[in-house]
Amino acid sequence: MFEVIFLQFLNGLDKGAAYALIALGLTLVFGTLGVVNFAHGALFMLGAFCAVLFRQLLTLETVTIDPTKLSPWGQPLEVRAPLVQAWFGDFGAVLVNYSVPASIIITIPIMLLLGILLERGIIKHFYKRPHAEQILVTFGLAIVAQEVIKSFFGPNPIPQPMPTDLRGAADIGAFLGMQANVITYPIWRLIYFLFSAAIIGGVFAFLQFTTFGMVVRAGMADRETVGLLGINIDRRFTIMFGLAAVVAGLAGVMYTPLLPPNYHIGMDFLVLSFVVVVVGGMGSLPGAVAAGFLLGILQSFASMTQVKALIPGIDQIIIYLVAVVILLVLPRGLFGRRGVMEA
Amino acid sequence: MLAMSRNDLLLFLGFTIAVLAMPIWLQPFGAAYPDLLQRFMIFGIFAVGFNILFGLTGYLSFGHAAFFGVGSYAAVWSFKLLSLDAIPAMIFAVVVSGLFALAIGFVSLRRSGIYFSILTLAFAQMSYNLAYSVLTPITNGETGLQLTLGDPRHFDRLFGEAMPGQPVPTLLGQSLGGFTGFYFCAGFLILAFFIAQRITGSPFGMMLKGIKSNQTRMNYTGFNTKPYTLAAFVISGMYAGLAGALLAVTDPLAGAERMQWTASGEVVLMTILGGAGTLVGPVIGAWLIKYFENIFSAINETILARFWDFLPDGADHFAVVVSSKFVGEGWFLTLGLVFVLIVVFLPGGIMEGVRRIAHLFDRKRSSPTNPGKTAPHPQPAE
Repeated sequence: MFEVIFLQFLNGLDKGAAYALIALGLTLVFGTLGVVNFAHGALFMLGAFCAVLFRQLLTLETVTIDPTKLSPWGQPLEVRAPLVQAWFGDFGAVLVNYSVPASIIITIPIMLLLGILLERGIIKHFYKRPHAEQILVTFGLAIVAQEVIKSFFGPNPIPQPMPTDLRGAADIGAFLGMQANVITYPIWRLIYFLFSAAIIGGVFAFLQFTTFGMVVRAGMADRETVGLLGINIDRRFTIMFGLAAVVAGLAGVMYTPLLPPNYHIGMDFLVLSFVVVVVGGMGSLPGAVAAGFLLGILQSFASMTQVKALIPGIDQIIIYLVAVVILLVLPRGLFGRRGVMEA
Repeated sequence: MLAMSRNDLLLFLGFTIAVLAMPIWLQPFGAAYPDLLQRFMIFGIFAVGFNILFGLTGYLSFGHAAFFGVGSYAAVWSFKLLSLDAIPAMIFAVVVSGLFALAIGFVSLRRSGIYFSILTLAFAQMSYNLAYSVLTPITNGETGLQLTLGDPRHFDRLFGEAMPGQPVPTLLGQSLGGFTGFYFCAGFLILAFFIAQRITGSPFGMMLKGIKSNQTRMNYTGFNTKPYTLAAFVISGMYAGLAGALLAVTDPLAGAERMQWTASGEVVLMTILGGAGTLVGPVIGAWLIKYFENIFSAINETILARFWDFLPDGADHFAVVVSSKFVGEGWFLTLGLVFVLIVVFLPGGIMEGVRRIAHLFDRKRSSPTNPGKTAPHPQPAE
């Protein structure tokens, strides 16, 4: 029994990690700029498509017809050779194999730039406008981003293979000194969890231990006073928006091997992530992370056959159900600060 | 009706005539065929209903498609169980969606602002997910609920044998296809508009507007705002149910995708595009979106190539490639862009644009005397 519960707990971790990362970005934006960003899911999706784009670039091929060989149908055989492999040899092959993690390199600058452009271009005009209008404009932006991606990459999910060495499962049970082959867990999910833990840790460390982070935290607490001290808080908040976009993008990149991305993957995650943010408490970073993992793990437990037999359909609605209960019982969410969006 | 002011009466009459004459004045636009006109009416009702909640009280619901879907399911069940006549189906659908809205509204309205949006979104997604999975016996899952020859239809059987052939919804024995169906829907849109107009002008409507501009102050004045917002929520849910039922009447196949949150987003788009808080705005928004959806989706590269033909070689090819991203499958991109522009530059929607233009002319006529007079600026909803 313990093994079963532990396994479900592990299963919830990767999804929980994705929720936590998106919710973290959402909270960063809300906490700093006070903007409710419905386009955040689109940033997740754009990150995922950075990985797709990177792989497509890497696997550009030259097609030559080799007349000496024949296919089983008697046609001359086409020989496909990825350009990268032709140029870089073995290193190129490794690069293609590790395209998903490698695409992080291009994702970070792209997402940072996109985030900053988005903030400077449109969102900055909405600080003083009501939340409903912020929701509406970012919702429109999300539609635009989705449709642009759809028109370039098509409507179907594009599978991203994970590196060959990282396929298969790790025997966590044996590692923890339990019976072998009872608790096994796919390696890539484990990597996803560790990766998100590292990012979450990084963001918190950045806010906690750097001067920049200190100023940002001060700005979150009292924007006006920080501005009066002669600090250009707006610019720092813009950078935080970029950072939030990067976090969402990286979450998307690493998630591609687990779920082939299509153009509306962001919306699917966004709805859940908003629920996560609200459960954690608007504006609370630890709340977002905790609620993300909590809901991911709850969802994993709810999809157990025993639980489903008890309450049919619970796996479909558990997250929303928890959100409704939390919102009605704890108006501030789990970790919400007093006075922040309590209405 | 006699108690209406002259302006209201004129607006109502103008609206009625415009709606009834649609098959004529839409002829030059190539939109005067029954299928599209029916959708104009149905989504007009949906948007008018949504506006009663969002436009008047300022509560932004992101889950209205749930009521729309429930209305559809209820109507189809009425066709299946009771009678193929449309009237019982409409009544049944409105009652069921009203009850559903009462339950959801009762819970969701305990919070306001973004929390309300998220709560309604959560409830709608729950309904959608359940309709796809556990509630399959009621909703028929992915296939969608449809009429079959073997349906019980107790009322119809009482009065004689069922008609041969594939069952279709009727009105007192008349088939509701084509323009009959359009006038049936148009009647409901006019009724819906009339009721919305009466609500907006009534003391109840004033209360709702008061809640929108400052709920706290309303509470301090001694009003209990909860019953008012709940009533608005239920009414708007019933409107959505009515629209859903009409969609089921014109096309008796109800699927769960009608409840997805993108459908909720669509009605939000319609209302904002036309102008939230105005009477005619949401209807115009719904018409425009449905019209352009229809036109833009039909445009393909051949048509574009003919359109850009006057450009020099190369340039016309480029123009075709670029513009093809915005039409056909990509029409939602156009919609998204237009929507963003509207929210950024014209938060009051098309109606505010019309008012600004009218004001421009107005000022020219009487300019030096009262330059300080400005158009009433619709406050964006919180």
